[in-house]
Amino acid sequence: MADHEDDDYQCRIKEGDYVVLKRGDIFKAMQIQPRKKVIFEKQWFFLDNAVGHLYGATFEIVSGGTLQPEKPKDTVSSDGSKEAGTDNRNIVDDGKSQKLTRDDIETLKEQGLKGQQIIDQLIKNSSTFRDKTEYAQDKYIKKKKKKYENTVTILKPSCRILALMYHGREPGKICHMRYDTLAQMLTLANIHAGSKVLVFETCAGLVLGSVMERMGGYGSVIQMYPGGGPVRAGVESFGFPAHFHDMLHEFPICHVNSLLAGTLDTTAKDTNTDETKSNMAAEEEQNQPEADEQGSMEQQNMEINTGDETGQDQEKTRKEAKAQEKKARLEEKRKKLAAAAALLEGRNADGLVIASRFHPCPVLMGLLKFLSPSRPFVVYSQYKEPLIECYTKLREHGGTVNLRLTDTWLRHYQVLPNRTHPVLLMSGGGGYLLSGTTVAMDRSKPAGSQQAEEPAPKRQKLTDTEG
Amino acid sequence: MSFVEYSDFIQDGDVAIVYLSHDSMMPVKVQQGAQTQTRYGVIRHSTDLIGQRYGSKVTCSKGGWVHVLHPTPELWTVSLPHRTQILYTTDIATITMMLELKPGSVVCESGTGSGSLSHAILRTIAPTGHLHTVEFHQQRAEKVAEEFQEHRVDHLVTVRNQDVCKDGFGVTGVADAVFLDIPSPWEAVKHAKAAMKRRGGRVCSFSPCIEQVQRTCETLAEEGFQEISTMEVLLRVHDVRTVSLPLPDFGPDPSEPDTEREAPTTSGPTHAAVTLKTTTPPREIPGHTGYLTFATKPRT
Repeated sequence: MADHEDDDYQCRIKEGDYVVLKRGDIFKAMQIQPRKKVIFEKQWFFLDNAVGHLYGATFEIVSGGTLQPEKPKDTVSSDGSKEAGTDNRNIVDDGKSQKLTRDDIETLKEQGLKGQQIIDQLIKNSSTFRDKTEYAQDKYIKKKKKKYENTVTILKPSCRILALMYHGREPGKICHMRYDTLAQMLTLANIHAGSKVLVFETCAGLVLGSVMERMGGYGSVIQMYPGGGPVRAGVESFGFPAHFHDMLHEFPICHVNSLLAGTLDTTAKDTNTDETKSNMAAEEEQNQPEADEQGSMEQQNMEINTGDETGQDQEKTRKEAKAQEKKARLEEKRKKLAAAAALLEGRNADGLVIASRFHPCPVLMGLLKFLSPSRPFVVYSQYKEPLIECYTKLREHGGTVNLRLTDTWLRHYQVLPNRTHPVLLMSGGGGYLLSGTTVAMDRSKPAGSQQAEEPAPKRQKLTDTEG
Repeated sequence: MSFVEYSDFIQDGDVAIVYLSHDSMMPVKVQQGAQTQTRYGVIRHSTDLIGQRYGSKVTCSKGGWVHVLHPTPELWTVSLPHRTQILYTTDIATITMMLELKPGSVVCESGTGSGSLSHAILRTIAPTGHLHTVEFHQQRAEKVAEEFQEHRVDHLVTVRNQDVCKDGFGVTGVADAVFLDIPSPWEAVKHAKAAMKRRGGRVCSFSPCIEQVQRTCETLAEEGFQEISTMEVLLRVHDVRTVSLPLPDFGPDPSEPDTEREAPTTSGPTHAAVTLKTTTPPREIPGHTGYLTFATKPRT
């Protein structure tokens, strides 16, 4: 097929790649770095051996490194005899069915036995295994596999995998947004290539990254951020190609008011004093130890070499260089701000996505002003009440239609011969969404006019009959 | 206008969505000289639509008004002419994410049906992806191809009129994702596998009945698919309401003589109540659409 060679290159794990480790339903995002110790699911290993293998490959962990095992595995236990009971009337829980003690199992592990071999030993030494029903045997093996099989699969990151990972691992970091809720947001906001999308999120960059994935590097994303700088840890995990970052812009939310009022001056360097100061302070702190070292070295040199003057000169040039660097950084920052401001000033954005720990109401009312008419917006909140307030405010204010306050209900199923049933009920905890579409504001009667939209027919009828 | 690209002004030949209320929208093909009847009166395309901004308010002949919206796959889903049962946005959103669709994805779909999901796929995979969709009903296949043209997305899609269970998708080794919404998806699993890239990809099957899911899962496992997972997603819509909860009258309180004396003189029998904003669930909600079964085709 046509895609062979080119395909192979793309499919292989490379050094520096962002990957996701998987075992069972557990995921962990990682960057492949040489000789870096990785801890995953109570085991440590190095990812060096994975380089050059294909994405999706499963590795068995042996002491200290990784090794590729044969891919096709026998799903049935290697214990050939297929004996099984029909019911559990004779199975007594006396706690003695397993003849191996904990110490025995530990020694098996120390001998370096593979997971499958330990499981076989456990089955062999279980007096009740043969009496269990076929289904119970299956379940037993599955449970033991989970415990003793020390394999890890390496996947290419995607919105699906990272959303699953964050929800399973660190739901607090993403405001408890469930992956199906994120899916709804991307669709309801009509995220697609070529549009100009505003994102305000405090979900570690997961929402931002998902929006960027759906835009494929076409169009522009403006991240509105609170505080000193945008949080993008989650974006890194996506491992986007470099050109994706060309479409990403940032704008501090603390400048929204001045931008809307037209008083934001992006030419003066004191526009972003607060955050640059704090940023610079942080950077200086980081640089400090190094600087100190240099300083003391220079002092030594001074003493050995000559008089004070040359030393002072050195000191001077160093300071100047540093100031120059600072200036360049400031200039860079100013340019970025100006670029983002220019994108926003047209007030013609194509979509708005909000998912944060902040009260959504002021955020929504503030950022909605940057959207063109007839564009979708979505607001996420972990709680329903603030979205009720948003809904009410929007109704009073006008300028939107198609408002819906929703949440989704997700259920997974176990599908096995004669054992199909729902596995897990996940209601609540997934968060709520308020979505809608902007429309042109009616200038003649700004407030209240929209309100009549729905209840109107009923009331009119009522007055008609009464009158 | 295009379903994959926003524009600001309504032009001749566009498809616009006339928004009457949250549960009433209609798609309109904008044509010079044409008229559209709504319950608020007539809309004259030449004056009321062409040249107007998307999102503006249009006053109809009877004095009522509507909003004219830019088409999106989501608005199309709630306003399209049904030729079959369709997939709605909640399922579509889940499918899009779980199939890992993005710009550039090559997708196979069957059946095309009324094209509800197709439009959402096209939106997501544009401008560099492609959709190969298979519909065995000739009239439906023709109709949907016509719609793709009207919606200016026909460069991104190939419609094939054949039986996917017998003849497959008409392509091999090209797809990143396959979607099946047919009565016997297990008969198409082999074709799905053949249509997919050698490096692998994702597959989804939508079935209303659990017996269909059972057979599909078995076939997927036999064909070597991994990460087989079945789920169900339902939407709950919350109606925002202001409710008023009356407070009961406990009668005069002898321990507070002051208020007792004042109260009856000022307002007589008071009907005290607390009003609050809350949400109520709709009286009936869709309880089941279908089971979504996802799986990964490994590299072969």
